[in-house]
Amino acid sequence: MSDEKKKKLKLKVSAIKEGTVIDHIPAQNLFKVISILGLNKIPNQITFGTNLESEKLGSKAIIKVSDKFFEDDEINKIALIAPHAKLNIIRDYGVVEKKVVEIPKVITGIVKCFNPKCITNHEKITTCFDVISTSPIALKCKYCEKHTVGEQINMQ
Amino acid sequence: MKRDLISITDYSKDEYLRIMKLAAEFEANPNQDLLQGKVVASLFFEPSTRTRLSFETAISRLGGRIIGIADPGSSSTSKGETLHDTIKMVSNYADLIVMRHPLEGAARYAAEVSPVPVINAGDGANQHPTQTLLDMYSIKKTQGTLDNLNIFMVGDLKYGRTVHSLLMAMSEFENPIFNFIAPPELQMPQEYKMFLREKGIRFFEHREFTDIISEADIIYMTRVQKERFSDPMEYEQVKNVYILRNAMLKNTKPNMRILHPLPRVNEIHTDVDQNEKAYYFTQARNGVFTREAIISHSMNLK
Repeated sequence: MSDEKKKKLKLKVSAIKEGTVIDHIPAQNLFKVISILGLNKIPNQITFGTNLESEKLGSKAIIKVSDKFFEDDEINKIALIAPHAKLNIIRDYGVVEKKVVEIPKVITGIVKCFNPKCITNHEKITTCFDVISTSPIALKCKYCEKHTVGEQINMQ
Repeated sequence: MKRDLISITDYSKDEYLRIMKLAAEFEANPNQDLLQGKVVASLFFEPSTRTRLSFETAISRLGGRIIGIADPGSSSTSKGETLHDTIKMVSNYADLIVMRHPLEGAARYAAEVSPVPVINAGDGANQHPTQTLLDMYSIKKTQGTLDNLNIFMVGDLKYGRTVHSLLMAMSEFENPIFNFIAPPELQMPQEYKMFLREKGIRFFEHREFTDIISEADIIYMTRVQKERFSDPMEYEQVKNVYILRNAMLKNTKPNMRILHPLPRVNEIHTDVDQNEKAYYFTQARNGVFTREAIISHSMNLK
């Protein structure tokens, strides 16, 4: 298949009239992304593909949400589990803006504290972390003050 | 204004100095009726007789009344009440909450839930800021200053929350030097060493507890706790290595003082107790004045 043809095919698949395409999501985190963004709770038309080939990620997932435009605060929540995600903002079938996600300074909810003796693992409390380093990612719990680093990061 | 004390870094350098000043005033005149008509809740979700008595003495000397939990087995927590609900209820009754809890972060959470100030009297292995302030007051009293001091920390530097907090607080003052003496398993964690490097503060690490202590202004001893070791053999190997004995103090500086958060087990030999450089029992006494100062500061009484 020629590159031109591939591109056309991809464009055809991606075609939504208005909305947002989130690309380059690691395939294994697709459903976490859906959950974090609350896409399972909105009435918009959503299509997604997963286990797609990706040179960067091995296998990636893509989500297309019609008539939805995310605030930066909202979309940056997925940065921990989809750090390479790219957003295409679509207006009238055309890409009008591209965005990358950024790891926020503070992460509220989403992540579980690594420390089994942290109060957040014993009572119903929304977790809150300061991001003290982005590469490797390191979070400091607002409550127990312990650091949750890299692979220790688990979602709530 | 509600002024909680949860972590030692909640206070600024100015606040440290204010607490030192107030503590000295309370030492000169311990009985002041600043808490007259006030009720203080003393919530000890895990037993800590030493800390509880120190706080309750401070509250009593300020003329306050105490309600509380001394034995967690008898409290509503044992019936399954959440910390959230206990704090909501108690903050209806009391003007201040002093709290000890086995879980880390419990005090920060309580402070969020409570409309009245919360003072952390220890949350698991996390923070025990009133201990740090009484340590600082003891240092200030014996050295006349918090600047330009050479502080030796000995024993369990990995899990010992008191040494971590003291390190953070003393780093706010001029030109400190730290010396860490610990077995390889219990060394000062990387994050604290990183912190010191970033601030350009000098520190040295040692394994041997030898005559290097002749440089010290303060020797801060800690307990090596058996439960910290996954391998009991390791504990057996190190438990008797870091014991301070009177004979070791011969060449130490005249101003040097020995601190220990107590309780001690065997890490300070009893033959040290008679030495004028042994300061740990007076240090505990200083805790009452420091806590009077912290309570007054939290409630804007002074």
